[in-house]
Amino acid sequence: MAILGSLIKKEVLHIVRDPRTMVITILMPVVLLLLFGFAISTEVNDVRIAAVVDRHTDETRNLLEKIRVNHYFTFLGLTSENEVEYLLRSGKADAILILRTDETRLKGEIVADASNPTNAQSVATYIMGVINNGVSSSPVLTYTLYNPQMKSSYNFVPGIMGMIFILICAIMTSVSIVREKENGTMNLLLVSPIKPATIILGKLIPYFLLSCIILLIMMLISYTLLGLPVSVTIIDVVLVSLLYIVLSLSFGLLVSTIADSQLTALIGSAVILMLPVIMLSGMIFPIDNMPVFLQFISCVIPARWYIEAMRKLMIQQLDFSFIYQEIIILFSMTILLMSLSICKFYSSQKK
Amino acid sequence: MKKCDKVISVKDLTKKFGNFTAVDHITFDVQKGEIFGFLGANGAGKTTAMKMLCGLSRPSSGSATVANYDISTQGEEVKRHIGYMSQKFSLYEGLRVDENIKLFSTIYGMTDDMIKSASDRLYKSLNMEGMKKTLVKDLPVGWKQKLAFAVSTIHNPEVVFLDEPTGGVDPVTRRKFWELIYKASEEGMTVFVTTHYLDEAEYCNRVSIMVDGKISALDSPKALKEKFNVATMDEVFRIVAKDAIRED
Amino acid sequence: MKIRILKALLCKEIALMRRNPIIPKMIVAMPLMVMLVLPLVANLDVRNVGVTIVDNDRSQLSRRIIYDIQMATSLTVTKVCDTHNEAMLTVENGKADVILTIPPDYSKLLLSGGSKVDIEANGVNATKGMLGANYVAQSVAGTLKQWREEMGVDLTPETEKVSVLNKYNPTLNFRNYMIPALMVVLLIIICGFVPTLNLVNEKETGTIEAMNVTPVSRFIFVLSKLIPFWVVGLFVITVGMLIGRLVYGLTPHGNILAIYCATILFSLVMSGLGVAIANNSSTMLQSIFVMFAFIMVFQLMSGLFTPIRSMPEWAQCVTYAIPPRYYIEIMRSIYLKGTPVSELWQPYTILFIFAVSFSIIAAMTYKKQS
Repeated sequence: MAILGSLIKKEVLHIVRDPRTMVITILMPVVLLLLFGFAISTEVNDVRIAAVVDRHTDETRNLLEKIRVNHYFTFLGLTSENEVEYLLRSGKADAILILRTDETRLKGEIVADASNPTNAQSVATYIMGVINNGVSSSPVLTYTLYNPQMKSSYNFVPGIMGMIFILICAIMTSVSIVREKENGTMNLLLVSPIKPATIILGKLIPYFLLSCIILLIMMLISYTLLGLPVSVTIIDVVLVSLLYIVLSLSFGLLVSTIADSQLTALIGSAVILMLPVIMLSGMIFPIDNMPVFLQFISCVIPARWYIEAMRKLMIQQLDFSFIYQEIIILFSMTILLMSLSICKFYSSQKK
Repeated sequence: MKKCDKVISVKDLTKKFGNFTAVDHITFDVQKGEIFGFLGANGAGKTTAMKMLCGLSRPSSGSATVANYDISTQGEEVKRHIGYMSQKFSLYEGLRVDENIKLFSTIYGMTDDMIKSASDRLYKSLNMEGMKKTLVKDLPVGWKQKLAFAVSTIHNPEVVFLDEPTGGVDPVTRRKFWELIYKASEEGMTVFVTTHYLDEAEYCNRVSIMVDGKISALDSPKALKEKFNVATMDEVFRIVAKDAIRED
Repeated sequence: MKIRILKALLCKEIALMRRNPIIPKMIVAMPLMVMLVLPLVANLDVRNVGVTIVDNDRSQLSRRIIYDIQMATSLTVTKVCDTHNEAMLTVENGKADVILTIPPDYSKLLLSGGSKVDIEANGVNATKGMLGANYVAQSVAGTLKQWREEMGVDLTPETEKVSVLNKYNPTLNFRNYMIPALMVVLLIIICGFVPTLNLVNEKETGTIEAMNVTPVSRFIFVLSKLIPFWVVGLFVITVGMLIGRLVYGLTPHGNILAIYCATILFSLVMSGLGVAIANNSSTMLQSIFVMFAFIMVFQLMSGLFTPIRSMPEWAQCVTYAIPPRYYIEIMRSIYLKGTPVSELWQPYTILFIFAVSFSIIAAMTYKKQS
């Protein structure tokens, strides 16, 4: 026990003595949460529109006034027909509304910059809405369940957590073990009478503690600044996160038993862990939209199940019974990785 | 070039890292063509002192000239006239032997003709003709060390600084390595060498012994042994270094 | 003379990079992986929206509404149930995203204009919820319009008076929008991480000391670290464009030379940043973490995935200091719209200033002396 204590102390000193890395590990989740919470949104806002009008009538004036007062639009003013191409191409406008009046009928044409399709689609919908407003009232009412302001920040909290823990637990742990291998200090420990299990624990516990601190910080920000609803599910959130942290740690251990240089460990964990986590975990891109074979691949990515469970708990406020499937999967993955890396560790030692 | 007899001249050179004084007011001269041994325990400040002389580290106070250039104000000129072989093996392991030679000799401003004749001479003297195209990382340690020395002197510098050049090498290779040093010295090159091995100190014209950042003794091996009335440099070192406070 | 030294240093960089066991593989594999997989994944189009319908009307009209939703391309009917609670359950276990509630006697009350259907969207995935709700609304509106026409009560004769022309991407293919952006992501990652790792590696193995003791000028040395990434950047972009052409059928509409030119400038920005970070780090982990932080902020704040103009004022101001913002603007304009360089002089100039200043910072922070 005393040996374990001193090993942990050594590792903690090691982490603390590199303040830059530590500050980044703690600041990065904070910055990411704040950026997603307050800076980034997928909403289409501030669409810049210019208009071409061939004959001014009460109807066109009325229409342009409606666009001018609508807060979604920035009305750039009137322009001429041969400027249309230039304005769109150089990115000075997002859409041009061309109004032609032949005889008494008004005909409108929207020319949208569809290089960004989401933008173009929304522009068309908005303008049509403005033009048709009052002509035909919508037959439907729309509400939103959960997340009533449609803030996408909520949605990203689980994703960020899923990514950060992989980063800290897996990458930091594996690199720190491989560095000791490179320096030869690992051999020093291994030939000493200390049990290998103690050495592994001495490596894992400090990073586990660091992850707990980061979990605490992220939850504080999510539940206060980002305004996630507080409820009893917080306990479940913590429990599932702890399970995921252990899982990521086992991953780091596995990487460290395979990699022989820091560079390999870094690139290995960055390419094998980070890219799939970002691409296939459903963190940014919905899994339903993926081709089927990629959906199958996403099943073996732990972050997918963690993020799914966290969404249910944090955003939908569902209770534990809704996430037993995810829990079982995460738990068995942890056991598998843990035993795999321990086997690897012992067999590499015998060599 | 009339003051050429003193190739290195050091006065009150000091280096502090915060509160810690690694090198504490050292003063000495090195004559042209000399093999000057720089001895001391680990952490005595040898490498720090050497790095200041090579222009790798800025002195906190004091002054020194190397090949008649001031190290504080003419650092880049100093670098043009010295060679340096660091404690860590410092050729590019991923480059071939000829690529390393070409790289370093070009940096020292040698023309293609000069590089050709210098490298031919080098291959011949080291017996490395067959290894031109070998990657450096595939060479045995002894060869690497000899090659590193040859590369650091390829531009015919006035002084060559060797920082523990024979660390981790077997006695036979060490012997051969010292033959190279003698040869360079005979050709008029000044050699400034730090070492752990006290038997190597016997090969030097003069040695200085650093203890806790200061130079505690400086003379020829013979004179030192007479002064302390002992038979080997090993004993000299033990007597001089016995008051050392710093360890490792 | 200087040119000869630079040439020798470049030979060294290229030979070392070529013989590195991982880096060449990474430079080839990353573009392939990202360009082949991500466009399949990075699909923010909303499809497969699950709709649960609470049908309290049970009339011919309500059945038609359900049928039309089932037929709509991006919608699928998850379940038709009797109570709202039952419907909520399908949302909670993730099977449905939108609930449509048709009130009792809807078809009867409709003609008097007194009744409306309710659409509730699951806001957990905000985009999917919002667009899903819109799709359902459109589908319902379509059904109602048809029904009214059949009933002879056509109330909206003028709705067809607006037409939409989608320029540059008439099929509204989201992939086209993402492909230039993915090339930027690749460049950010490769030209950011590799020079950083490369220089820190020289520090850790000690070869940097052998360089520092030679009279080589630090500008030339740093330049030899930056220039290889012009080649790497051009290679990555070329692979990206080839895949874009062969796999996705998307060719740049504008001048390819202009794309290459911007790529060189941008790779200089990223590798300059990488060298500057490496100059100030002592271990690999440290440099990677600092670089990672920069890369995350670059990707999020440059308008790669989310529009800059939907950010709040303060965040928009921040984006002016984010170099990839300008590169993305250039890439998207040239690639998709064929904008001539003369209309993009502004981002080009800013990118050029960034490239020069980052290179100077890289050279200035490089210390030959400690």
